[in-house]
Amino acid sequence: MANELSIPEDSVGIVSPLCARFDTPLTLKSGAVLPGFELMYETYGELNAARSNAVLVCPALSGHHHAAGIHADAPKNTGWWDNLIGPGKPLDTRKFFVISVNNLGGCHGSTGPMSTNPETGKPWGADFPVVTVEDWVAAQSLLADRLGIDCWAAIIGGSLGGMQAMAWSIHLPARVRHALVIASAPKLTAQNIAFNEVARQAIITDPDFHGGHFYEHNTLPRRGLRLARMLGHITYQSDDLMAEKFGRRLREGGRKFSFEVEFEVESYLRYQGDKFAGSFDANTYLLATRALDYFDPAHDAGGDLAAAFAPATADYLLVSFSTDWRFAPSRSREIVDALMRKGRNVSYAEIESSAGHDSFLLDDPHYHAVLRAYFDNITV
Amino acid sequence: MTALDGRIDYDVIADWVSPGARVLDLGCGDGALLRHLKDSRGASGYGVEIDIERVISCMRNGINVLQIDLEKGLYDFVDQSFDLVIISNALQTLHRTEKLLTEMLRVGREAVVSFPNFAFWKHRMAIMDGHMPVSDRLPYQWYDTPNVRFFTIADFEALCEKLGIEIRERLVLDDAGQPVQEEPNFLGSFALYRLGGARG
Repeated sequence: MANELSIPEDSVGIVSPLCARFDTPLTLKSGAVLPGFELMYETYGELNAARSNAVLVCPALSGHHHAAGIHADAPKNTGWWDNLIGPGKPLDTRKFFVISVNNLGGCHGSTGPMSTNPETGKPWGADFPVVTVEDWVAAQSLLADRLGIDCWAAIIGGSLGGMQAMAWSIHLPARVRHALVIASAPKLTAQNIAFNEVARQAIITDPDFHGGHFYEHNTLPRRGLRLARMLGHITYQSDDLMAEKFGRRLREGGRKFSFEVEFEVESYLRYQGDKFAGSFDANTYLLATRALDYFDPAHDAGGDLAAAFAPATADYLLVSFSTDWRFAPSRSREIVDALMRKGRNVSYAEIESSAGHDSFLLDDPHYHAVLRAYFDNITV
Repeated sequence: MTALDGRIDYDVIADWVSPGARVLDLGCGDGALLRHLKDSRGASGYGVEIDIERVISCMRNGINVLQIDLEKGLYDFVDQSFDLVIISNALQTLHRTEKLLTEMLRVGREAVVSFPNFAFWKHRMAIMDGHMPVSDRLPYQWYDTPNVRFFTIADFEALCEKLGIEIRERLVLDDAGQPVQEEPNFLGSFALYRLGGARG
């Protein structure tokens, strides 16, 4: 099958996930200690002799290590940021060596709730410790050590991924030259935490959740995860985009005066929810939303975001999207403002887009031109 | 923004920039002026631009650029956080002139303002002839101009007086880019000012 595939010239092509095993204990921000862990990752391009061209791609809430190219055994499963990464693309793999990770607590092969707890011999499930953005950065830095990367040319991430890029630049400033923070925020608002809480409650109150130990019961909280994803999807899109994509269109002719799927938007949400519930782990979803909630670099600096960035030495690019109401442009402006106060090199673009928060995954020409211009100016 | 934009204006402004100054350039276009100040004076700072194509050009030029709408003011810039705030050939494209001028001198210790002089004799001739002026310095037809404020050297100086803004230096150029000494409001097509904080 694979040899019949026509792979586009600007694709990184067929890629194979890699796994790095770490046997030294990792103390998490909560105080919990992971005795050891594994991280799944993929790489695209070649590390140069000076080891100066490495770029780390940090995943968002449901992201993972498969960011670009295709897997030989799943040729239709292109990476989640494939439109950005590849030869000749804005993050050009002819220039950069790109690494994409699946974070700790994930459900795509890295150590997480589905992994075996060495103390019990059973899956961690709900006992997997709560991980923070800073814990992810600590784990990623061990991977960087392993790969011989002292300093990233750039770290890029959207949304929760942007928070990881910020955390790197604050906690390991000598190891990052450029931080690209897309559609992100310096901390979640109460409204944003509230959405996460509704999503978590949908999962936790699903009778099939079994307190997070559903693996032992050979089931999964499909309904809860589905609801969580449906809610998420609504908030990742804009009112305008949903109006444009679905409007009030009905699937078949007239009203049936029922609670079946009648409106197109209902059908779409159910499809997205089902797809996600079948492929994502409920415990990972809880962990990732909590990591979002907890991220607040200003908290450790007396509430002063500029002070939080005091150790930073990186140059920054901030990008927001006009219709993103979950991570609104004003939130990116707060970060820009703090960075200016510290005299950091920072550029900021606010892209006109109808697609809401999801815009950061799309290939809007202005958005990609901004990223291309920025990456082109990074020396390696 | 105009055909004459380039070396002469930039060199004048560069002379007003102390080495290593922290500069904010409002309406920075493709970042050419900031690039020039960075290269010639070791200046650092940021450009502000609303147009995405120009923002992208700035990034290609390796300039820090912030895509911000100046009509909304400089509210999140800290008092006296820049040595110099520049608005080069862009003041005429913004509505809230008074607000912006006072904000510039709140954020910067000094300000540089340059603009085309509507009272330049060729512009006056065009009006006498019954038409809005179109020239090297005002290169737009009335129906597609980005300019929303039309003012003269005399008007600008009167506004500075009203706002208590100190004019520290002035250079007026004719349409060949040569300095004008006599009758600047008649013979000058373009004016550059170095301004200081409110006096009272």
